[in-house]
Amino acid sequence: MSMLLLGAVAVTTGEFIPSAAAPDVFPPFDPSTFAKQLFWLALSFGALYFLMARVALPRIGEVIEERRDRIQRDLDEAARLKVETDAALKAYEQSLADARGKAQGLAKETRDKLAAETDAERHRVEGDLNAKLAETEKRIAETKSRALASVDEIAASTATDIVSMLTGKGVTVDEVRQTLAKVKAG
Amino acid sequence: MAAGADGVHSPIAQFEIKDLVPLRLFGFDTSFTNSALFMIIAVGLISSFLIMSMRGRSLVPTRMQSIAELLYEFVANTVRENVGQEGMKFFPLVFSLFMFVLICNMVGLVPGTFTVTSHIVVTAALALLVIGIVIVYGVATQGVHFLKLFVPDVPPALLPLMVPIEVISFLSRPLSLSVRLFANMLAGHIALKIFAGFVGSLLAAGVWGILSPLALFGTVALTALEVLVAVLQAYVFAVLTCVYLHDAVHGAHH
Repeated sequence: MSMLLLGAVAVTTGEFIPSAAAPDVFPPFDPSTFAKQLFWLALSFGALYFLMARVALPRIGEVIEERRDRIQRDLDEAARLKVETDAALKAYEQSLADARGKAQGLAKETRDKLAAETDAERHRVEGDLNAKLAETEKRIAETKSRALASVDEIAASTATDIVSMLTGKGVTVDEVRQTLAKVKAG
Repeated sequence: MAAGADGVHSPIAQFEIKDLVPLRLFGFDTSFTNSALFMIIAVGLISSFLIMSMRGRSLVPTRMQSIAELLYEFVANTVRENVGQEGMKFFPLVFSLFMFVLICNMVGLVPGTFTVTSHIVVTAALALLVIGIVIVYGVATQGVHFLKLFVPDVPPALLPLMVPIEVISFLSRPLSLSVRLFANMLAGHIALKIFAGFVGSLLAAGVWGILSPLALFGTVALTALEVLVAVLQAYVFAVLTCVYLHDAVHGAHH
């Protein structure tokens, strides 16, 4: 096969490469080089495997693992914080609702108390006013009756004066009164 | 990549193994070669990049750290999807394979460098490593049940036909794994070299020189294609490794 390949190459390139410094044997199939290639391959590949397996790969793996852990940790932490935040938010809303309820209760209570006080005050004032009104009415009635009584008196004395002027006879107030009482009665 | 002092290189000269430091160990020729140099360069690049970029180990990554993490996650996801969580014990292996193949392919695209993965012996060794691990792990964890891999769920009458097919299919895995990578790298580099050679040859061929920009454009386009192939082949190698490991971890057919 090697000679065949070599021949093919020679035919292809013969026109352009006149003096091919070709080795006697196609180099990849030269058994005399196998031992030295295998020896150094074993050495270098063995060294590479050792360096990869013991040094390079564990290092890279460690960093990647650490990063993955770190991201996972951060995600977990974020999830935990979110749960906490949600709880805090819920608690806050709860306490807000409580406070609102309490405030409403307080406001209602205050309003009721104030209304009750106002009512009581109004009742008291109304009572006072009614009492004053009643007293005033009573006083007016008294005054009126007293005034009416005075009218009789004035009428009697006026009648006495008129009678004496008309008749020239003196009459007493008592006589007139009696007469008036008789007239009233008659 | 173009003409050297001694004239134009052959397109396969770039695959030559050159001894840089001669060395014999255990009776074998273990010379330090250009291939070994670029293996070590690749390992050095991968290790220094991954280790340096993670120096900060910051939670918010720098640009370099992002690239390292991206590569890690990419291969880790490939392993997880194809083998499952249980397969993560093979993650360092798949990651090393992926990075080694990827960087060897990419470094090889730089003119003047050597492409480690363009040699069948290297890709075959990596493929056999994978298949070896599949067999050893499969037998160690599943024992004889691992052999059920070769016995598909078909009517018993078909088994004499199916079992050999399954065996051949299993045995061809390391072959296809290694040849696919090797052939892609080899063909790509030969094509690149030939196109690049055309540029110079056409320029030297008088009137034909007006065609050389075409060859240059072809070289540029091929380079882009080869970058794609380099990444794709590394990914294919890693994914197939995962697919084979799946059998070792879970057993076959369920």
